[in-house]
Amino acid sequence: MSVLVYIEHAEGKVKKTSLEAVSFAHALAQKTGEGEVVAVALGSIDSAELVKVGSAGATKVLHAGDDRLTAGVIQAHASAVAQAFEKVGGKTLILAKSSLGDAVAARLAIKLEAGLVSNVVELPDTSSGYTVKRSIYTGKAFAFTALTTEKKILAIKKNAVDLKTDGGDASVEPLEVTISDADFASKITNTERATGDVLLPEADIVVSGGRGMKGPENWGMIEDLAKTLGAATGCSKPVSDIGWRPHHEHVGQTGIKVAPSLYIAIGISGAIQHLAGVNSSKCIVVINKDPEAPFFKAADYGIVGDAFEVVPKLNEALKAEL
Amino acid sequence: MKILVCITHVPDTTSKIQFTADNTKFDTTGVQFIIGPYDDYALARAVELRDQTGGKLTVLNVGEAETEPTLRKALAIGADEAIRVNSFPKDSFFVAQQIAHFAKEGSYDLILMGRESIDFNGGMVHGMVGELLNMPSFSPVMKLDLDGTTVKMAREIEGGKEMLEAQLPLIAGCQEPIAEWKIPNMRGIMSARTKPLNVVEAVSEQTQAETKKYELPPAKGAVKLVDKDQVSELVKLLKNEAKVL
Ligand SMILES: Cc1cc2nc3c(=O)[nH]c(=O)nc-3n(C[C@H](O)[C@H](O)[C@H](O)COP(=O)(O)OP(=O)(O)OC[C@H]3O[C@@H](n4cnc5c(N)ncnc54)[C@H](O)[C@@H]3O)c2cc1C
Ligand SMILES: Nc1ncnc2c1ncn2[C@@H]1O[C@H](COP(=O)(O)O)[C@@H](O)[C@H]1O
Repeated sequence: MSVLVYIEHAEGKVKKTSLEAVSFAHALAQKTGEGEVVAVALGSIDSAELVKVGSAGATKVLHAGDDRLTAGVIQAHASAVAQAFEKVGGKTLILAKSSLGDAVAARLAIKLEAGLVSNVVELPDTSSGYTVKRSIYTGKAFAFTALTTEKKILAIKKNAVDLKTDGGDASVEPLEVTISDADFASKITNTERATGDVLLPEADIVVSGGRGMKGPENWGMIEDLAKTLGAATGCSKPVSDIGWRPHHEHVGQTGIKVAPSLYIAIGISGAIQHLAGVNSSKCIVVINKDPEAPFFKAADYGIVGDAFEVVPKLNEALKAEL
Repeated sequence: MKILVCITHVPDTTSKIQFTADNTKFDTTGVQFIIGPYDDYALARAVELRDQTGGKLTVLNVGEAETEPTLRKALAIGADEAIRVNSFPKDSFFVAQQIAHFAKEGSYDLILMGRESIDFNGGMVHGMVGELLNMPSFSPVMKLDLDGTTVKMAREIEGGKEMLEAQLPLIAGCQEPIAEWKIPNMRGIMSARTKPLNVVEAVSEQTQAETKKYELPPAKGAVKLVDKDQVSELVKLLKNEAKVL
C-alpha cells in the first residue's frame, strides 16, 4: 500500500507546490504507516527531473509519457491518475491545490468514490476517525472536517508542511494508461505563460502594488524591488481591472490567494477583499502614505510614507544587506 | 439554448466571520448574504449569452428557505426561472449530486458555476458534476464565447492562461473578467416577483464529509512601524526578527 501524489510540471520542471505535496504525503505516510510515497507524472518531462522528486520523499515516480498529456487536459489527466491510483492500490491521493489540480481532483473524487477535502493546512488527525483541518471563508477561518469514505483525496494548501529536501533519488517507472478519445475531446489551442519570472501562486516573497502607485509607468520600482528579493509581483483588483497589470497578478478574494513567507503591500489600502487573499502570509509589510490605511492593522511591519520615496530606498537598503 | 447557473448564498465579502455553540455553528448575526461573487460572474455571462442566442436561463441553489431572496436577486439580474433544492448543502458531494440530477432532467446545453464558493472555497462542485454527468468541466474560466456548438474559452493557469475549444454541452467554473457584474434595475426587480421559483426536494442524502468544528486564526499582534527615513531598520527586522529574508 502506498500514498499516491499527483505531481504537475511546467517548462520541464516539477512545480514546487507539487514537491510540497510529496513532502506532505511523506509526513502522512510516516504518521499513518501507509507505506511508501509514489508520485505520478503525466506528459513529456525528463526522467532526470523526476528522479529528483525523491528528495521530497517519494520512492517511485510513475510516468505516463504520452505527449498528449503534457498540456493539462483535465479529463485525460483525471483518467490517467485514476489508473495510477488503481495500480498503486492505496487509499490516499495527495495533490497541491492549483488551477489544474482542483479541476482534476474533483473529477477523481467521483471516479474513485473518494472523499475530497481542499485547502488542507496540516496533517490529518487520525487518532479517532480521520479529521482534516482546512482553510475556509477565504482564509478567515478553519474547519475540522471528518471524512467518512475509505478512499481520500487531500488538496494541499501552500505551506501546509515544510518542504523536505533530504530524500534520496526516486526510481522512475513507465506507466501505461488507456485514455479514450472522448477524454481528449477538448483542445488546448494556445498557452500563454509568463516565463522566467517567479510565479505568483508559488512565490515565497510577493511584492504587490495598488492604486497608490498612480499608473503602470511606475511599476518599475515594484519590479526592481521584486528582482532584488527574487519575488513575484502582484497587484490589487482595481489595478488589474484598469489594465495596469495583467489579470493573473490580481491578489485577493476574487483573485489569487497567496501564502508567501513575506508579502510587501505598496500603495494598497487593505480592503477586506484584498486581505482575504493574503491572510495566510507569514509576514506582512505595508508601505502606505496614509497612517489610517486599514492594511496597517493586518501588518507585521509598516512604513508610513510616500511609496515613491520609500520603495527605492528600501531597494537600496536590501541590496546592501543581501 | 438552455443554460443552467448554479449559485451559492454566502456571507458578504466584508462580513466578520464568527461561530457560536462552542465553535460548531456559523454565526449569522449581522451577516448579509449575497450571490457568491464568482457565481455572479457566471450569471452575468449567462444573461449575455441568453440574450445573444435566445433560449432560457435557469438558476439553481441547493439550500434552505432563507436562500430565496438570493435566488430572487438572480431573477432580477435576468434569469428566467429559479429552482431551490430544499436542503442544507451538507458537503460538495451532496450538492454535486443534486445539481447533476437536476441538470440531467433538464438536459442543459451549458452549465455555468463560480470557480469556487467563498464560504468553503472548494472549487470542486463543477468538476464533480462534470464527472457525474460524463460532461467536460473547465475551471477557472475567464472568457467564454460560443461559435455554434463550439465553445471557445480561456482558462487561468498559474502565471498565465490557456485557450481552449470544446463542444457543448459542458460545464464551466467562472471568474473575472468573463463579464461585468450586473446590478438589477427597477424593471428586473419588478419582474422577478412574478418569475417562477420552484422548490424541489433533494434526491439523495449521501455525503462524504462532515464538518465537526470551526476555528478562527489567532489574532494579529500590533504592527511595528519603522520610520520612513530608517528603511535599513526594516531590513534588519525582516532578517533578524521575522527571519523571512
Ligand atoms: C465582491 C468584491 C470582491 C473584491 N475582490 C477583490 C480582490 O480580490 N482583490 C482586491 O485587491 N480588491 C478586491 N475588491 C476591491 C476592494 O474592495 C478595494 O476596492 C481594492 O482592494 C482597493 O484597491 P487599492 O488598495 O489598490 O486602491 P485604494 O483603495 O484606492 O487604495 C490606494 C491606497 O494607496 C495609498 N497611497 C496613495 N498614494 C500613495 C503613495 N504615493 N505612497 C503610498 N501609498 C499611497 C492610499 O493611502 C490608499 O490606501 C473586491 C470588492 C468586492 C466588492
Ligand atoms: N449549495 C449550492 N447550490 C448551488 N450551487 C452551488 C452550491 N454550492 C456550490 N455551488 C456551485 O459550485 C461552485 C463551486 O463551489 P465549491 O466547490 O463549493 O467551491 C459555486 O461557485 C457554485 O456555482
